Amino acid sequence: MATHSPPYDLEGAMSYSPIPAGPHRTSSAAEPHRPKKLLARILFSSFLLLSLVLLVVNQRPAKLDIVETTPSTSVNDFSPARPLTEPPSRGVSMGASEKVFRRVSGGELTFSWSNVMLSWQRTAYHFQPEKNWMNDPNGPLFHKGWYHLFYQYNQESAVWGNITWGHAVSRDLIHWLHLPYAMVPDQWYDVNGVWTGSATILPDGRIMMLYTGDTHDVVQVQCLAYPADLSDPLLLKWVKYQNNPVMVPPPGIGHKDFRDPTTAWLSPDGDKWRITIGSKINTTGISLVYETADFFKYELLDGYLHEVPGTGMWECIDFYPISLTESNGLDTSANGQGIKHVMKVSLDDDKNDYYALGTYDPVKNKWTPDDPELDVGIGLRYDYGKYYASKTFYDQNKKRRILWGWIRETDAEALDILKGWASVQSIPRTVVFDQKTGSNILQWPVEEVESLRSDSLEFNAKLEPGSVVPIEVDSGSQLDIVASFELDKETFEVTTEADIGYDCPTSGGAVNRGMLGPFGIVVLADENLLELTPIYFYIAKGPHGKVETHFCADELRSSVAPDVDKIVYGSKVPVLDGENLTIRSLVDHSIVESFAQGGRRVITSRIYPTTAIGGAARVFLFNNATRASVNASIKIWKMSSANIRPFPLDQL
Amino acid sequence: MKFPVILLAILHTHAGLITQMNDQTLIETTCRSTSNFQLCLSTLLANPLSATADVAELALIIVDAVKAKTETALSGIEELKWLHPELTDALGQCSNSYKAVLKADVPEAVAALTRGVPKFAEFGMVDAAWEAEICEGSFERVAESPLSELNRDIHDLAVVAAGIIKNLL
Repeated sequence: MATHSPPYDLEGAMSYSPIPAGPHRTSSAAEPHRPKKLLARILFSSFLLLSLVLLVVNQRPAKLDIVETTPSTSVNDFSPARPLTEPPSRGVSMGASEKVFRRVSGGELTFSWSNVMLSWQRTAYHFQPEKNWMNDPNGPLFHKGWYHLFYQYNQESAVWGNITWGHAVSRDLIHWLHLPYAMVPDQWYDVNGVWTGSATILPDGRIMMLYTGDTHDVVQVQCLAYPADLSDPLLLKWVKYQNNPVMVPPPGIGHKDFRDPTTAWLSPDGDKWRITIGSKINTTGISLVYETADFFKYELLDGYLHEVPGTGMWECIDFYPISLTESNGLDTSANGQGIKHVMKVSLDDDKNDYYALGTYDPVKNKWTPDDPELDVGIGLRYDYGKYYASKTFYDQNKKRRILWGWIRETDAEALDILKGWASVQSIPRTVVFDQKTGSNILQWPVEEVESLRSDSLEFNAKLEPGSVVPIEVDSGSQLDIVASFELDKETFEVTTEADIGYDCPTSGGAVNRGMLGPFGIVVLADENLLELTPIYFYIAKGPHGKVETHFCADELRSSVAPDVDKIVYGSKVPVLDGENLTIRSLVDHSIVESFAQGGRRVITSRIYPTTAIGGAARVFLFNNATRASVNASIKIWKMSSANIRPFPLDQL
Repeated sequence: MKFPVILLAILHTHAGLITQMNDQTLIETTCRSTSNFQLCLSTLLANPLSATADVAELALIIVDAVKAKTETALSGIEELKWLHPELTDALGQCSNSYKAVLKADVPEAVAALTRGVPKFAEFGMVDAAWEAEICEGSFERVAESPLSELNRDIHDLAVVAAGIIKNLL
């Protein structure tokens, strides 16, 4: 084990030379498409349509006959059955953000978790190690027929600490096989943590892995590692560069504010590589850019790739091109006509991942957001649930941009200790530009997850206001659900009252009825709906008369247990003229990933029921609106296990 | 001859006073950023290390106080199990909760604060406060909680710690 003392001088360390001024290139990027006009036109015409309906239809207030009937499953109109109006149990906390004060309900008696309940929580087809703690996904890549995933791992406990690089491989991003650790904290420069990093695959096939090491005197530095043997498809052994670290905090940057190097992209002249590393100056999140010809020596470039005041420390920056016209992904170095760049940061302050679309000027080395009001860190999120430290890679095998995200537990730590593990990774998602809205990306579970689908059933129903319809699925813990909703035009009435201020986190969930919502699906519910998780749409007239659609996941009654988070997640979702409202929901025991409008908005939830588990877990359709009837169609597949297990190395 | 010596002595004392005032200002400023100024202040001032601590070290002092109270609670729970067998379930829940605080939350917070990834320290202290609430809640409808004061102390200290840690994010 090398234990050289640090050869660097932290104070005077890296001086840099500015890039020699080259010929000024006129911007080749076209004037950014003006999505706002399109959206405004759509909203205006929706408003006109609504006004027309208003004028034509009789305004007599509808009588709500909530009749107690046994819900049947025939394909008929459903008269309002048992309404979804169970009041929230006493003491359930409802809050917009992760509050410190969670009013805790004691439940019937002291609540004790059984082994059955706890072991049910392990997922069947999401990536997770056999035990202990995991966090950020690291260095994802495709090499010689195998997808690789590395990840932050604690080999000692189900809580963060003692971080090493776990490693797993898969043929198809779904069936994973565990491998030995790729890197452990065995050098002075990473003895306090082998932290997050990214892979760059060079044109000649070499793989350069840059990662953050926490040194023996707790300074954050960037280090280089590479495979010991590139011909090994499993990339079992990794070598740390003998002259690590390759980057240390530059002057003016805090020793604890310098981490998570990205995948590199080619500089404009094609002879150097650039990476970006997040940091902060006071409360302004910034992105430093370094340039290198060989991945050994680095120059800090002048200025920042981008910065946004008030956003705090930028962790896990991701920076990649996206095609405006094609459905395939792009190599990280791509740029030019018909290409925008996504800038993404994980905000330390609020533990969420934010992204924005914009334009990258490689000569000035500046990225500019399309919409400064939705700048990175203050605008769109990848996921409106529990989702952090995400990272993409270019899958050269199938020409896709693939996104990984870390999903941590939302139960009390005592439960993680009891069950002996914490955290899962999301199902990998493809990322493409949303050509219809022009203002966001679409995320969608990789198609390989569909190989787990087995039996399916389809069901259609017209849901009258106040109806809850059970779907005949036994054992609803591993499901792929696709549901589509259309408001019945005949009963679509809108009053002049605006339904202002609806916001999923403060809404109180699916129990609170509006004229045009909520309606959607209910997952991980027991047949008596004592525990249930509604995933729903809520249509509201906003303050300026325009119609807004909200997409929410309601955990308020997801469990009777007091020691799990119960929040309503969600946000507005753009819905274009003529679109039905669609939900795809991947249910996998204690994780539910839900996608609205083909991936325009995504919510990942962690759910910990006590009775709605195993054979008792059910699915429902519901419509808790007071006015609108909803035509619903749903298709559900059972999902098999991905059988994630150790790689049979002894059979090699 | 004596004059420079006296001058030096006066300057030295003065400098010492100024340093002390500045450190107290850091403690005060830090405590004002939490939701419980008094508890923060009294806990920090009770520890002599706070005089020369930076913000991360101040947080560590509070984390240590959380640890101490939790240890007290756990030994109290053992005693209570003997005296009140009818409270076994609730006490068992409290035991699980506080063992997690000692085994996971506190070490995580200490590790994160020393390594400069305060986010995980925040997770740890937010959870510690939650565990105290869970313990207290486990007595609801069963009996009057014999641990109310301790639970409240642990909760409030953990909240203060989380408040200090937020300054480091």
